[in-house]
Amino acid sequence: MNKEVAIIGVGWSGFHPSTPEVSYKELMYAAAVRAYADAGVDPRRDIESFVTVAEDFIEGTSIFDEYVPDQLGAALKSVHTITGDGLHGLATAYMLIRTGVFDVVAVEGHSKASNIQTLDSIVGHAQDPVLNRPLRLNTHFVAGLEMQRYLHDSGSSLEQCAAVVVKNRHNALKNPLASYSANLTAEDVMQGPPLAWPLGRLETATPVDGSVVIVLASGRKAAELSDNPVWIAGMGWCNGSASLESREWSTLPYVEKAAQMAYRQAGIGDPWDEVDFAEIDDTYAYKELQSLEALGICAFGEAGELLMQGAFDPYGEFPVNASGGSLGVGHLLDATGLHRALEAVLQLRGEAGAHQIEDVHTGLVQSWRGVPTTSAAVAIFDNQEG
Amino acid sequence: MGMRKVAVIGAGMTKFVRRALETPKELSWEAAKMALDSCELTMDDVDGVCFGTAPDAFDGVHMNGEYCSDGAGAWNKPFMRCFVGGGTGVFVPIQGWYHVASGLFDVVLVVAEEKMSSYYPHAQAAFLTIFDHTTERPLKPNLLWIFALEMNRYMTTYGIRKEDIARVSVQHKRNAANHPCALLGEANITVEDVLNSEVLAWPVQRFDVSPVSDGAVALVLAAEHVAKRLTDKPVWIEGVGWHLDTAYWTNRDLAYPRYVEYAAKMAYDMAGIKEPRKEIHIAEPYDPFDYKALHHLEGLQLAERGKAIELYLSGAAAPDGDLPICPSGGLLGVGNPIAAAGLMKVAELFWQLRSEAGARQVPGQPRRGLAQAWGDLMQVGTVIVMGR
Amino acid sequence: MTSRINHFPGTSLNEQDFADGKVLFVHDALKAEYAWDTGIAIGTYLAGLKRGVILGAHCRHCRKTVVPPRTVCEWCFRPMSEYIPLQDTGTVNTFSLCYVTWDVRRIKEPEIPAVITLDGASQLGPASLFMGGIMHKLGEVNPEQVHIGMRVKAVWKPEKEREGAITDILYFKPLPKEEA
Repeated sequence: MNKEVAIIGVGWSGFHPSTPEVSYKELMYAAAVRAYADAGVDPRRDIESFVTVAEDFIEGTSIFDEYVPDQLGAALKSVHTITGDGLHGLATAYMLIRTGVFDVVAVEGHSKASNIQTLDSIVGHAQDPVLNRPLRLNTHFVAGLEMQRYLHDSGSSLEQCAAVVVKNRHNALKNPLASYSANLTAEDVMQGPPLAWPLGRLETATPVDGSVVIVLASGRKAAELSDNPVWIAGMGWCNGSASLESREWSTLPYVEKAAQMAYRQAGIGDPWDEVDFAEIDDTYAYKELQSLEALGICAFGEAGELLMQGAFDPYGEFPVNASGGSLGVGHLLDATGLHRALEAVLQLRGEAGAHQIEDVHTGLVQSWRGVPTTSAAVAIFDNQEG
Repeated sequence: MGMRKVAVIGAGMTKFVRRALETPKELSWEAAKMALDSCELTMDDVDGVCFGTAPDAFDGVHMNGEYCSDGAGAWNKPFMRCFVGGGTGVFVPIQGWYHVASGLFDVVLVVAEEKMSSYYPHAQAAFLTIFDHTTERPLKPNLLWIFALEMNRYMTTYGIRKEDIARVSVQHKRNAANHPCALLGEANITVEDVLNSEVLAWPVQRFDVSPVSDGAVALVLAAEHVAKRLTDKPVWIEGVGWHLDTAYWTNRDLAYPRYVEYAAKMAYDMAGIKEPRKEIHIAEPYDPFDYKALHHLEGLQLAERGKAIELYLSGAAAPDGDLPICPSGGLLGVGNPIAAAGLMKVAELFWQLRSEAGARQVPGQPRRGLAQAWGDLMQVGTVIVMGR
Repeated sequence: MTSRINHFPGTSLNEQDFADGKVLFVHDALKAEYAWDTGIAIGTYLAGLKRGVILGAHCRHCRKTVVPPRTVCEWCFRPMSEYIPLQDTGTVNTFSLCYVTWDVRRIKEPEIPAVITLDGASQLGPASLFMGGIMHKLGEVNPEQVHIGMRVKAVWKPEKEREGAITDILYFKPLPKEEA
């Protein structure tokens, strides 16, 4: 088992539809100070490198990495920003530590989604400026296209997609971080307003504000600092086709490749048997089913059926998004992967409270950067007690 | 864990032009293809891709890295985009370095691309949004402000004359006359030309500044066992460093770039360098403005504070001097497509250290070189030391 | 490598190519609007400006007073909750005479951006690498007479027009000799 890099501290702040009382810097500080206390480190003395994930248009600031260091305790230190999901940030810290040059690295991601007045227009600018954008379609249409083809090829049903929403928002009832917990029926979901048919509005995660900071350490340093390290057993990431014109629509080859990379490092042959739970992409409800299949947790076309049988419930054979996922907790934009990692760490430490899953040793986390991208990352965590 | 050695084994670049016909994806691919061809590899040999480009505002494309990813060769590959403002160009190969040094990758393609001409009517206006949205942007600052403020502080603190600083611009633009990709190479430019150019933001004049440009550069990085199989002239990445200073730039003395000093120390420690002035044979400090090259040489410990200009006045900085500086022609001469410009400096080291720089080749077969970039609110230093 | 290659990729276009219709292009404008929460520290700072007061923040541990205020000291990572009213006078740390606007229009009379170290905040010195400076503009001054070290004073908007923004200070002007 891979014992080179461990997560030794987690911290969060916000997790509300809006956070008017604090600036983005103050939101980041609140998460950082909590993560550092959890890890028992002083950022000025102990943390050697810092990684932030951010996108300029989401922040409303060009070269946003400028504004990162101060509130993280990172001023005049080794800091860099990547434009990726939080799991890409985690993978970056993982690589930095594996070089042997760094012992302690912190990763930060945040969302101040409530401050963005024109989110749909901004996301629209992620479309190809020449080929796609002139059609003036709301970018959710890409998910509508994908869902349509996925349902067609996999035989999954609208009811099964709606059942993902029911499960996740119900799971969220037990998670104090969740903003969108609810008791719904599949009927409620299917009768909700359409967004990009067959995709409905209630099958789409709603953005929230929040920040997550995670502190990682080398095996040597983790042994010194932490009595409950959560080990990174494997990390993978991959991009698919950037253009809409040449991508697969019913399967997620890039998620599959990212997972294979992570499984190879972790020595996992059959995730269904060897992984105990997963926190995965549910930006759109159908994504949870499609991702489970790409991750090899079940065969193509099987996820919907297994869901209906309760296999992915918190007390099922393979709990998926016991936290409530992005549908239940809210979507933290590019900090979403870090939110899922946070939930997995709490589970593996036995600190997940009311939504704690019994007897867990290995967790899987997966994230996707949203429409119109084909960018995904996968992490395998282990508490080494198994 | 012993550290894995990482080599640069191939490089490619496009011409730097004011306005390119090619799209960002196409520029990226042209440079990537050339880099792969140079070491006889194909995309099948590449395990992952690192990509650098500065603000999305130039292209008006949100998540520009994702948009450009297939052009950079990342279809069906692990892909990462780093982002440290102007420092990005020298950071991408650092990102490539940690991909390989981590043991997860054997061959990584590193691509930096910038297309500034898409912004309408002028790329400079995009820089308004780099300032703090609440405390600075309402004053409508131009990007030139911060350079002019820093240059003035630097000149005044050390008593450096404008006519001496102009020598930097002259030297770099003359060097660039020998670069086949250069936008502003001028073999006959003089100090008077610089001093007579339009005053943009005193003390900054037009010829003190590098031109906005379009272009792309790519490198191929490989782990030791792969590099030794593929080339008998690997150029090793011996040290890397990066540091980011506080965002509160008005709370610092701008006369000296401490962040560059700290980044350089990190790289020197890794490379085992104790006396940089003796152990570095060729330097490509970041030169978007002429005074910046001086500022950075001091931060890099290649000159004492306020004394870097002496390297130019004494001839040491010339291609045949004892510390050739920006033999490529730098940003002032070759052009400044931001991220690509930084990586151009690293490509120049690769060519110089392999004695493949053509008309720009410095004499004496340099053994070790340094490239550095800078960015953000006068805030970030990125440094790479390479040797053969 | 460059020594062996004669042709480099990249095709240069000029304005004439566009004027002649030789190049097709798509024009688009980004609609990106934000309402940034000012939060605790900057919210307090802006409220101060509205009252005609420039507030700094003090770190007891580092013994420094900086502006604009922040809730955490970036050097010791301790919370910073003490706000200190500063003078609206200060010293020019550096300046420029800028003949180009932010959107690259040429102007005859220069704008004069400056970093101004405010009185009452930390000052650079043998013992201090930090200073309480802000970026603002100078006005009511002959550009040729501006110099580093010049003493200046804020010129405020009339109280009724202030809105809690950095532009509540119109600019800084030279202090008369007797007050400097």
